[in-house]
Amino acid sequence: MSARRNMGSFGSRTATRLGAGLILAVVLAACGSDSSGTSGSSDTTDADAAASEQTTVTVLAAASLTEAFTSLAEDYEAEHDGVTIALSFGSSTTLAQQIAEGAEADIYASAGRGALDHLPENYAADGGEELIAHNVLEIAVPPGNPAGITALTDFARADIDTVLCTETVPCGRAADEAFTKAGITPTPASREIDVKATLAKVALEEADAAIVYKSDVVTAGEIEGVEIPDAENVVMDYPLVWFNTDPHTTGFAEFVAGEQGRQALTDAGFTLP
Amino acid sequence: MRSAFRGRGILLVPAALGMALVVLPLLGLVVRTDWGGLITHLRAPVVWPAIRLSLITTLTTLTLAIVLGTPLAWALAQATGRLATWARAILTVPVVLPPVVGGVALLLAYGRNGIVGAPVFEAFGWRIPFTPMAVVLSQLFVSLPFYVLAVEGAMRSIDRRYDRIAATLGASPLRVFTRIALPLAAPGIAAGAALAWARALGEFGATITFAGNFKGRTQTAPLAVYIALQSDPQAAIALSIAMLAVSIAVLGLLRGRWMS
Repeated sequence: MSARRNMGSFGSRTATRLGAGLILAVVLAACGSDSSGTSGSSDTTDADAAASEQTTVTVLAAASLTEAFTSLAEDYEAEHDGVTIALSFGSSTTLAQQIAEGAEADIYASAGRGALDHLPENYAADGGEELIAHNVLEIAVPPGNPAGITALTDFARADIDTVLCTETVPCGRAADEAFTKAGITPTPASREIDVKATLAKVALEEADAAIVYKSDVVTAGEIEGVEIPDAENVVMDYPLVWFNTDPHTTGFAEFVAGEQGRQALTDAGFTLP
Repeated sequence: MRSAFRGRGILLVPAALGMALVVLPLLGLVVRTDWGGLITHLRAPVVWPAIRLSLITTLTTLTLAIVLGTPLAWALAQATGRLATWARAILTVPVVLPPVVGGVALLLAYGRNGIVGAPVFEAFGWRIPFTPMAVVLSQLFVSLPFYVLAVEGAMRSIDRRYDRIAATLGASPLRVFTRIALPLAAPGIAAGAALAWARALGEFGATITFAGNFKGRTQTAPLAVYIALQSDPQAAIALSIAMLAVSIAVLGLLRGRWMS
């Protein structure tokens, strides 16, 4: 009986020590990443000089940049030892809000300029901003275009299911603008939370057509695209924002804006500024 | 006895930390709410259609959960074989499955190319995704197991002598179910119903994956919170407060049973 009680108290004491150790580890890890971040910016601006340290560059980017940025990050990591490019993709608006609420980010790339309004004021004060790409809208249809979609007017048909991005994200606003230009009132079955969710409904053949970016159609593989004429189309700007001048923050920003970045963006269906 | 108390001081640190992890987000919601303008924000166009749809779909889900789930719970409570063990294990899957995975599974079952959805589309031309029906199916998938497992537990604890005696007195199985099992399991049924309803009301992942997001048709309150956060954060917060109030009300209903 007493032996068991001793075991019990020993167990809880061990758990407490474990817990304290865990907290200590978390705190140490937080300090560690903090100090490496500041030391990088304090005395050296040369990317190669800092290369021996472990550095993480956090990049938040619009969902439509997923393919281009993923391959660019891999190339950059291969060229620079000890550098990790941490990528997070999502709706530009959501990402901008996360940054405004204090999410850690070194670089942010937005689909359209509208989402920049959600960033804190003077967001580029300690860093910079550059236009890296343009994107246009395109109609995405499942392989073989089973519903015979030819133009924006098909989005008013009642016999098919179409999906658009929701009004609050750039691809949704751009789609609405295109329909206004074309004088059409669409009847979508759903307004999805971001461009990739919209595209997924077509990829799963649950929707007969969707309005996404041309780059999404190019990178999606199976999916086919139906072009939207220039007069009805909307051109989106893709600004790249960096929030500090740490060597690898500017290093990766220059890499994206440079020759290899331009090639990756072109391959992914973007046009260049 | 004394050794149990000795560790208390140091244990209070992780205990308080654990409590804070739950309290702080709720506090954040309450502190950041614009209480003076709450009514105005609740009048934002995104709010009412979402609440209305959430009420209609969750009450439909709850009705179906009770109608289908109570007999299922009774069958499981009486069964002893391998089949019942497997059935119980399968019912537990949606409880632990990430809801978005549930949404994908629902699409593959009831979607236009799904194992059920394709024949239905062929035969009747009905498309299940993007409809309020899809919302109900999502909610049922995640909440029915909660209901069945809660009610089964209550029915299992009924003294078997009652229904055996009723049966020897000539009562049919249906009569035993309605006159013995239902009244005796009533507290369990109420608790299961409240749990299932709360789970259905909070359903997000399966709904947005399977039913999509369209105002008034498939945009339930949790989806509206997510969407409104991008355009009208105060409306999103107001709607969150409304849902928090509902959750607390459900907890209040459950109090008598689990938190005396």
